[in-house]
Amino acid sequence: MRPLIELPAPARIVERLQETETIFTLRLKLEDAALAAHYRFAPGQFNMLYLPGVGEAPISIAADPRAGLIDHTIRMVGSVTRALAQLPAGAVIGLRGPFGRGWPMPAAEGRDLIIITGGLGCAPSVSAVHAVLAQRARYGRVVLLEGVRHCRDLALKSRFAEWLDHPDLDVQLAVCETNPCADWPWHTGNVLTLMDAMELKPERSLAFLCGPEGMMQAAAEKLVQRGVQAGDIYLSLERNMQCALGLCGHCQLGPHFVCRAGPVFDYATIGPLLGKRGV
Amino acid sequence: MTHALFLPHARLDDLIRQVQSAGYRVIGPKLEAGVIHYAELNVAAELPWGWQAEQTPGRYRLHRSQQTLAFAWAAPAQGLKPWFFAPVEPLWRLRRTPDGFGLEPCLPDAKPIAVLGARACDLAAVARQDRILEHDPHYQARRQDALFIALHCTHPAASCFCTSAGTGPRASRFDLGLTELDTGFVLEVGSPRGGKLIEPLALAGATADQIQAAQTAVAAAAAQQTRRLPAGDLAGRLAACIDHPRWDAVAQRCLACGNCTQACPTCFCHARRETASADGQSAEHSRHWDSCFGELHGHLAGFQVRPQTAQRYRQWLTHKLGNWWAQFGASGCVGCGRCLTWCPAGIDLTEEVAAVLGEAPCGR
Amino acid sequence: MKPRLGVYKFTSCDGCQLALLNQGADLLALLDRVELVHFPEAGPSAPEAAVDLALIEGSISTPEEAERIRGIRARAGHLVALGACATAGGIQALRNATEAGSAWRAALYPQPEFIATAERSLPVSALVPVDLELFGCPVDGRQLMAALNTVLAGGRYRPSGDSVCGECKQAGHACVLVSRGEPCLGPVTRAGCGALCPGQGRGCYGCFGPSAQANLASLKAVFAGLGLSDAEIGRRFAFITAEAFRALEQKHG
Repeated sequence: MRPLIELPAPARIVERLQETETIFTLRLKLEDAALAAHYRFAPGQFNMLYLPGVGEAPISIAADPRAGLIDHTIRMVGSVTRALAQLPAGAVIGLRGPFGRGWPMPAAEGRDLIIITGGLGCAPSVSAVHAVLAQRARYGRVVLLEGVRHCRDLALKSRFAEWLDHPDLDVQLAVCETNPCADWPWHTGNVLTLMDAMELKPERSLAFLCGPEGMMQAAAEKLVQRGVQAGDIYLSLERNMQCALGLCGHCQLGPHFVCRAGPVFDYATIGPLLGKRGV
Repeated sequence: MTHALFLPHARLDDLIRQVQSAGYRVIGPKLEAGVIHYAELNVAAELPWGWQAEQTPGRYRLHRSQQTLAFAWAAPAQGLKPWFFAPVEPLWRLRRTPDGFGLEPCLPDAKPIAVLGARACDLAAVARQDRILEHDPHYQARRQDALFIALHCTHPAASCFCTSAGTGPRASRFDLGLTELDTGFVLEVGSPRGGKLIEPLALAGATADQIQAAQTAVAAAAAQQTRRLPAGDLAGRLAACIDHPRWDAVAQRCLACGNCTQACPTCFCHARRETASADGQSAEHSRHWDSCFGELHGHLAGFQVRPQTAQRYRQWLTHKLGNWWAQFGASGCVGCGRCLTWCPAGIDLTEEVAAVLGEAPCGR
Repeated sequence: MKPRLGVYKFTSCDGCQLALLNQGADLLALLDRVELVHFPEAGPSAPEAAVDLALIEGSISTPEEAERIRGIRARAGHLVALGACATAGGIQALRNATEAGSAWRAALYPQPEFIATAERSLPVSALVPVDLELFGCPVDGRQLMAALNTVLAGGRYRPSGDSVCGECKQAGHACVLVSRGEPCLGPVTRAGCGALCPGQGRGCYGCFGPSAQANLASLKAVFAGLGLSDAEIGRRFAFITAEAFRALEQKHG
């Protein structure tokens, strides 16, 4: 059994950040120096995190690929993530990965990049932002639109603070109009409404979407209406992933194993399968 | 069948001993608890001599027959799947250490098996699982050295449709191939390994009449089958039919019990389970067969991808007959008929797919 | 500090407590990790003490029990309902379907006025919030241990909602319904027992209650096809978890 593929490798929590009441970030370091030296991931890929005695869960990688540390921003939703939330820095968990196909960074070079995210959807896109910033000159205009249901849901506050001030990023935040908050200096309304005022050169643009499926579908349709090619719109999907190897069958969406062919798909490929109940 | 030998019934034990002495565990059909299934066997007398199996949707019954043949029945209750893709497979064992934990991978360490009397449908299913689990160390540990003594089928059940699935009744890939006649078997060699194995038996060649009788019997088995899969591009046609009313109709009868998927020799879905020890110091991580009819199959935190039975049945059928092509370059159905025999509600896959595809194409 | 464990009995036969006691070495290992505060059947008794983990056996069947379960809930961290009685009212809930009043009491007891019984035998969840339900009559010892070990490891245990058939096929049992025409409730019954009864060549009688996707109408049609009368079919479902099956039927009309 191959380590990091079929067998989890021990990874130590070197830092733990509480992002919101239910969202936290674990910064991990592989214990085995040889494995750590060879570990590479692409923005948008995910790892299987393993908590002994509880089980595994697929978590997207939110790290800066240069740092040698592996960041995971996690929402407490299931058995594993709730138990992970209890762990202090210094604890050792297991890690397999990276898995799947991430964002098409090479395809985005020389193009304008529009990143639209919803809620914790921002986590898989964080690594894309880091990749862009690492080689900023290679990309055109970079727009990041992030929508949250409630102001307290905004994770990665420190990073957003940094990006909002960044001269080479156009970052806009929106909170759902049904949950207005007094201390929210940014836009109030659905994240899709931010798109209306957005400047866009459709033929130059590539879009990365991440968040609830309905939101991504609506955003993709808006982009298509404004002339962006469906093949230039990329979505990061979420499905039940247990093996991450395209074997266990749970993540199927039509003919695709989301864990292997995805989680990032282009809209031309995956669009026809979205919004169909129970497919 | 240019060159064939003849193995009299009385010398089947010689073959079994030969296979055993070559280091294999012999697996063959046995009658246990009212059904014929593949089990470990030591002598030919353990085979289900003189039995026939009636298999129709939702019904399986054994009957004594006038003939004293060993293989006068069709698909065993379960295919060869459990012998290679184990129903429950430990993947690793964990032990906590003062500064973390250690993992010990679990790999099966079993003697290779030789299957005596493997049906064409079951061999086709093994070939399809081979594609899926090509890199799976647990599957390969059991599978890589297995030997197959095929049985070209001469007694299909009413539930069978291997002819239209393109997998039988004649097996196409084997080490040795048998066709049963009244007094013994026409035996073909399908691999150098198979040829070496039977050399010491010094069998006589089969006569032209025997070869002719064997071919006739297998051809008759093909002609007897009444159930069939529709021909053509099922993937494309089914994809166009996801809103067909038949899915809701079949869900009225579907028990969502998953028996079809558990009896299917190609279904590969599996779930993972972590079992902690009572002292908290160790754990075992295993996988076990799962089903697309099950509760956690399409489960995400706070979201069920396929909440309704109709959606689950549709997922199963459209995957098996349709999406499988894109994934593995073949259909997921080998025509063994187990999904209809072992469905307690007697739902017939061939009938459902015919109803969904109907006379006219869906949509547009 | 070790988590404090309490095991409480309500209207029940003690079989689920025995399933726990029968775990032998595993039970001893578990007891090293917890402080056993209350478990009269095994020794310690402190019914009013606060606990982190409360295991409840039995249905809520008397006014006194209704008060007692509310008290335990208020003092417990994680509350687990064990077995058919605590999750479905148990065999004693058969009385729920009878006419209100106490005709049967007079038939059973010489002095029925001394019997203080609620009209209905209820699952724990009908009175207080329950964190985890483990099904079966009795609960499956291995599943109980797996659940406790997962909870103690910080996880959440989720019992399978699938039917018994998956476990049955995985164990390699011959399906008694298809191969012998036995009216087996396995296709609509929640897994967890390891297909115990079919493994003994007999039909499942549904002691784990309905599976999540149970299609009772279809299985009844299958039973009718085997020659069972409506009354006979009704009796198959009117057993240990009758109330759970009845609730499901009412939901589906």
